[in-house]
Amino acid sequence: MKRNLPFIIVAAVALVTLASGAMLYRVKRMQLPVVSDSKLPSGTGAESMHIRGNPDAPVTLEEFGDFQCPPCGQFASFGEQLLKEYDSRLRIVFRNFPLSAHEHAREAALAAEAAGLQGHFWEMHDTLYREQASWSKAPNARELFESYAGTIGVNVDQFKKDIDGEKVKQRVESDHALGDSLGIKLTPTIFINNHPVDPKDKNPEGVRAAINAALSGKSQT
Amino acid sequence: MTVARFRTVLLTLAAIVSLAGLADATYLTVQALTGETVSCGGSPDCFRVLGSSYAKVGRVPLALLGAVAYFSVFTFATFAAFGYARARTLLIPTIGAMFLITLWLLYLQAFVLHAYCRYCLFSAAITFLLAGLVIAIPSPDAK
Repeated sequence: MKRNLPFIIVAAVALVTLASGAMLYRVKRMQLPVVSDSKLPSGTGAESMHIRGNPDAPVTLEEFGDFQCPPCGQFASFGEQLLKEYDSRLRIVFRNFPLSAHEHAREAALAAEAAGLQGHFWEMHDTLYREQASWSKAPNARELFESYAGTIGVNVDQFKKDIDGEKVKQRVESDHALGDSLGIKLTPTIFINNHPVDPKDKNPEGVRAAINAALSGKSQT
Repeated sequence: MTVARFRTVLLTLAAIVSLAGLADATYLTVQALTGETVSCGGSPDCFRVLGSSYAKVGRVPLALLGAVAYFSVFTFATFAAFGYARARTLLIPTIGAMFLITLWLLYLQAFVLHAYCRYCLFSAAITFLLAGLVIAIPSPDAK
């Protein structure tokens, strides 16, 4: 018996490790956002949506993003590439989902919305992601946001008023509430034609495959 | 306590300690496989480390290789504790390689990524502890 004991111990540990890993994997997969038809994101709050690309495109890529989140920054530049690739067949919708773990994320979302009131949402969106490394660690990010507003052609005095205004706050909060209702915990969370993209497929190949599937689904109907 | 007994106690301890590393690496492997490491929502510093290009070897998450390494240490330490001399000779180079890789990963966190992930630091502490234990194990010639 003693001769076999190390084999039994090692086999038991291997089994326990594999079983607990598989269980953890299942639990984490069950935490993915599940979208019911009544909560389809791109159909909600259409008047406040920020759309890039052809507004009537057959495929909508909707992102819940946080301006201080590095993967969201990486995804933003990939999004521009996708728009060039798919041209009029794709539109991108951005929703604010600032995470509380990120010190300046909420203020950045407010800045983007304040610029949006003057028709410069996407310029601010791009600038915030491009300059993410600078303002993320700045003690007073607000000053940097104001300087970005000046460089993208926003009226800075109006921007300063708007960033503290109720309208901008409501837009950020309503996006966040929508994300919460969908069970979103991570950013970026991506939906393609209202179907969530699996986090493990949040890579160029996975997203392209999801868009192509949505396009072929549209062409069949 | 005899030298043989002391050796068995240290090898048993190494096996137990490696289980903590195995649990940590298994957790990180699951995170990598579910895509959580390419998202924000947990620790921002952990993303910078686990979402970086250094966290993968080709398409394989580094955490998975870590889990295999800790499991190997557990296996070798267990067999060595039961008197298998060959297992002890495999244990030392395995922990030596893990120690060197850990130093490299700590360097990356400190000087390249400028971010520390607590799970990676825990793994580094486990590897250092294993290295200390393996150094303290008396050689088979010691009486």
